[in-house]
Amino acid sequence: MEEVPVKIFTTSHVGIARQYFFLSLAAVLLGSVLSLYMRFHLTYPQKGEITPELYLSWLTLHGTVMVFFVLTLAPSGAFGNLVLPGQLGAKEMAFPVLNAWSFWVTLLSFLVLVASFLATGGGPLSGWTAYPPLSVVGAIAGPGEGLGQTLWFVSIAIFCVAQLLGAINFIVTVTDLRAPGMTLLRMPLTCWSWFVTAVLSLLSFAVLLPAGILILMDRLVGTSFFVPGGLLVGDMVIQHEGGSPLLWQHLFWFFGHPEVYIAILPGMGLVSHLLATFARRPVPGYRAMVWSTVAIAVLGMVVWGHHMFTSGLNPYSVMAFSVLTMVIGVPSTVKTLNWIGTVWGAKLRLNAPMLYCLGFVSIFVTGGLSGLVLGQAQLDTYFHDTYFVVAHFHLIMGVAALFGIFAATHYWFPLLFGRMMNDTLGKWHFYLTFVGAYAMFLPMHFAGFAGNPRRYADFTTFTFLGQVLTLQKGITHAAFFTGAVQLLFLYNLFHSISRGVKAKQNPWESTSIEWAGEPAVAEIFRGPYELGLYGERDYRMQNEGGEE
Amino acid sequence: MLPGAVLVFLTAVCLLLFQVKPAWFPPAVSAGAYAFDLQFTRTLWILGVLFAAAQLMLAWAVLRGGKKRRASAPFGRFAEPVAAAGACLLFLGLAAGGASDWGKVAERAPGKEIIEVYAHQFAWSFRYAGPDGKFGKTGLPFINDAAGNPIGVDPKDPAGKDDRTTATLRIPAGRDVLLLLHSRDVIHDFFVRELRTKQDIVPGMEIPFDIHVDKPGEYEIACAELCGLGHSQMRSLLIVMEPEAYERWKRSR
Repeated sequence: MEEVPVKIFTTSHVGIARQYFFLSLAAVLLGSVLSLYMRFHLTYPQKGEITPELYLSWLTLHGTVMVFFVLTLAPSGAFGNLVLPGQLGAKEMAFPVLNAWSFWVTLLSFLVLVASFLATGGGPLSGWTAYPPLSVVGAIAGPGEGLGQTLWFVSIAIFCVAQLLGAINFIVTVTDLRAPGMTLLRMPLTCWSWFVTAVLSLLSFAVLLPAGILILMDRLVGTSFFVPGGLLVGDMVIQHEGGSPLLWQHLFWFFGHPEVYIAILPGMGLVSHLLATFARRPVPGYRAMVWSTVAIAVLGMVVWGHHMFTSGLNPYSVMAFSVLTMVIGVPSTVKTLNWIGTVWGAKLRLNAPMLYCLGFVSIFVTGGLSGLVLGQAQLDTYFHDTYFVVAHFHLIMGVAALFGIFAATHYWFPLLFGRMMNDTLGKWHFYLTFVGAYAMFLPMHFAGFAGNPRRYADFTTFTFLGQVLTLQKGITHAAFFTGAVQLLFLYNLFHSISRGVKAKQNPWESTSIEWAGEPAVAEIFRGPYELGLYGERDYRMQNEGGEE
Repeated sequence: MLPGAVLVFLTAVCLLLFQVKPAWFPPAVSAGAYAFDLQFTRTLWILGVLFAAAQLMLAWAVLRGGKKRRASAPFGRFAEPVAAAGACLLFLGLAAGGASDWGKVAERAPGKEIIEVYAHQFAWSFRYAGPDGKFGKTGLPFINDAAGNPIGVDPKDPAGKDDRTTATLRIPAGRDVLLLLHSRDVIHDFFVRELRTKQDIVPGMEIPFDIHVDKPGEYEIACAELCGLGHSQMRSLLIVMEPEAYERWKRSR
């Protein structure tokens, strides 16, 4: 593979992909270390003593870096930038300079976020959802609610700008830069999911940005969008009047639910693509996969209210949100069946990227099914804000998306660094992480059954939490085990960057043209998944002309 | 075929955990909680079957391997539409089952025992109307936690003279109770596990919340919405009393 030179202020999509990759790597390391320390403190309070305000600010930082700087950046920012132009047969993204701006604005947002936790008074403690009035009324509501919380909102607003720039770039690249012959329905499913993800980003960050500005105005210039009158916080009468705390929840979750799909759709596209490649099979029902992606996105835009079942909504609107939420299970069932169908009866090549994809499907099923519990308003009123929810979204949004990221890193490493990662180490890392993920998050559902509330800085006040302590200790041990296993991945990553085996042309015998070895492809002649053919070579790349 | 074996193993362990139950629900004590338990059990069985089926199919595909090259529709042409239709019916059925106990708006009605709930960082207060059946006016300037007036009952309002403010919530067993939820500062949440339900308490709103408990006993009230650094210590007790004992307690001073 050709070398892409390392430049700091680059407009090359590969260079920018690397920058996003390392930024999200730094973020995931920060987020993971925080979570390990928090778990240690929760279950061994005598040894891991930290104050509740510190605990809550770490919890806020953990959620923020993981959701925004890992699950949003890595799947699209890193791998979308890396692969999308190549798979479409284009040389570059549509707007290379804008692309560079997206990254640098994102980096600025990250630096402001870090600053918010070093601010006087400490980091904000209102969680990544930052519900007002707690997040608006200032330092009287708690340490960290002063300057720290202001900087936090500034960071999120800057992040929104970067995402909007990136989303426009992705959308225009797909609509305008496809090579001749690359019709929409010849695009690999990866391209479809980056495209739909970008549309979701455009629609949802376009709401979070103004919401962030409005709440900053509440904090800084005395408007009252989100704070009602007549509040007494600490000993101070609050000088706001007429706002609604629920308005923030609507605006936030109008972004926040699509955000889940922004994190996971690229992984779903990747899994479809890789399962076919490693099973040497076409994707069964390619069109069904395209339409289920679109259906998930459309439904994902209209179910934000299921985060608010307990917040005092009218019961009838709760019912509407509940039914729509349950319906998301339908396109998800289509996808799962399709994935299983792809590998059913096929001769599989069980390389590390393939294992991560199989793990993705397993975790997607496990984490997705608990969504059918939470989607029922009656059941959600018990599980809301308990560890059951924590287990649910860590599996479906965290672990599944991370498995997608691991698969993508192994699979596209040649495009990132011109070399291969070590497959054996990758397999070991997969098995240990897979078992570790189940060991952490399956028992966590049971803490939820016992009603264990989340976002508690200690489990010592309530009598009923005595019974979950042993269980929670077990989860902490599993977390430390899984955390340690990630050193294998880090070693493999950094070792392979400098010492990995040089990659040859199209190492995975893929059909898609990011592997064609030329920056822009002249013409496309075939659909994306011509695999499993008889004869000497069992596949045809999309740019191959000739017979058949 | 290690990945298949690992999948089978993990599926078995997951299902086994539901036998072992390392932690579980407390006993249900209200009609709503019984309905919850029924719907949850139904849901759990359906999801358990789907879980095992999907994981074992995936495992089997890996374990058995194969040679077939092209297979455009491995489960037949109709598998996908049939599965989609089946999933649609099943999931909507679950939604309908869960809806049967939903949609009743709590409201004032004669015969209901009305109690006000006030949450603030990081404590609970409960107010009873007293013999006149009327709650006195409240106001921010009258709030004084140290003087035992956490709600801010107006001392000049005669209706408030006999109001009683407590730190634990006492209710009579077997009667309809309407809680009126208020917050002084930020969003809190009224959560009692044995009732299998919770309700956010949003400042600026008065949220009505029906409860009806059959069994006398003491149950912990927890705050379940992040409200600041003392969130995990915001605890109180729901004390469900025999109706006569409750009436006696109400008359006592």
